[in-house]
Amino acid sequence: MREIAYDDIVKAVKNMVIHTATNLPKDALDKLKEAYEKEKSPVAKKVLEQLLENADIARKEERPLCQDTGLAVYFIKVGQNVKITGGLLKDAVNEGTERGYIEGYLRASTCDCFTRENLKEKIGYNLPAVIHIDLVEGENIEIEYAAKGGGSENVSRARVLAPAQGRQGVIDFVRDVISEAGPNPCPPIIVGVGIGGTFEKAAISSKYALFREAGKPNPDPEVAEFEKELLYELNKLGIGAMGMGGTQTVLAVHIEKNPCHIASLPVSVNVQCHSSRHSHITL
Amino acid sequence: MSQVHYLNTPLSNEDIQNLKAGDIVYLSGIIFTARDAAHKRLVDLIENKEELPFPLDGAVIYFVGPTPPKPGEPIGSAGPTTSYRMDSYSPTLIRHGLKGMIGKGKRNQEVKDACKKYKAVYFGATGGAGALLGKLIKEAKVIAYEELGPEAIRMLRVENFPVTVINDAYGNDLYEEGRRQYEIKD
Repeated sequence: MREIAYDDIVKAVKNMVIHTATNLPKDALDKLKEAYEKEKSPVAKKVLEQLLENADIARKEERPLCQDTGLAVYFIKVGQNVKITGGLLKDAVNEGTERGYIEGYLRASTCDCFTRENLKEKIGYNLPAVIHIDLVEGENIEIEYAAKGGGSENVSRARVLAPAQGRQGVIDFVRDVISEAGPNPCPPIIVGVGIGGTFEKAAISSKYALFREAGKPNPDPEVAEFEKELLYELNKLGIGAMGMGGTQTVLAVHIEKNPCHIASLPVSVNVQCHSSRHSHITL
Repeated sequence: MSQVHYLNTPLSNEDIQNLKAGDIVYLSGIIFTARDAAHKRLVDLIENKEELPFPLDGAVIYFVGPTPPKPGEPIGSAGPTTSYRMDSYSPTLIRHGLKGMIGKGKRNQEVKDACKKYKAVYFGATGGAGALLGKLIKEAKVIAYEELGPEAIRMLRVENFPVTVINDAYGNDLYEEGRRQYEIKD
């Protein structure tokens, strides 16, 4: 049994949170550069130029890339041969999150659903984090993190289709969601699609799809082909960077496909803005 | 063809009449921040015929909830938030002299109609460019509703703050026009 201390988890999470707010990861940056090269609209090209400059300023001056520093979302894989000493894993992740958001001068964005009161006093600064935990083989803890902004969550949708709607039904649904979203989720976007499973499995899969390295195809060649097809379809919409019209609306489509019930075809679309702030650590 | 303008606030009717959807504008001078909660309070004050915390005549409001400033800096990162949440309040403010709004994302028909009728414009700033835009804010001061935190009303002094005209005073909409131009239909 390998032991990992609570305090080590807190410290690692805190550092990751601060670093991720100001450093756009290489995969997202490369995709933005590629979009800048390909874009045909001069207005959209200007926007993409600003985004690249923004990433540069954020990194060099340690300023948050965006004022919406997001809710903290984690997918954590815990090896079965790990023992956490000194406290609970969830508490350590929440503590690291809170300290990162405070020490990094990031925004506290959690509030009560109805009173809209900020929860920084009652629960904690930008707490609670959204934490998904899975138990796996081995003696490590792998923590994948994303700072997820509100604008792109607001346009995300899930629906259970009739099985007869099939592949074309999925294409139509995803296209409608992205078309309706237009400029609001800060395009160019990354589109996470969860297909199959149950209702919540589809939704969680669409979120997890956004944690993948931008543009890396699904290992299943058939699913990878579907990703390419959807990417082509969505870029025909002409929405462009910040919705001002252009050829580069979607940077990547990531699909996670699961077996489903004989009666259903669940599909969920989770949208990620161009500021795809994610990273991972292994302890 | 898109034009470039350098304008100082407050904005006049003449300034507004020269702007067309798709034009790029570099704004300098004083602008005010307000999000959902502050908008509700401003509209309540107008309805109760009470004094507003800043003059609306010719004013520009920026929809933003910045990150906390680091020591010695006026403001943190400060890019635009999604504007539709202000749609139910903006027409009242426009009727009372507001000339410009800065945000991101679509506005409803009532806002576009008010821009046309009372000569105002809706500017888009680049969402997610908070580090870049925050640097162009030279001074920031909370002038009302401090208890709202990131949603308090701030007076900002900006220099060459880059925005694009989305909805002009002639009923044009860059989101619709731009998209039509690049849409591929089978």
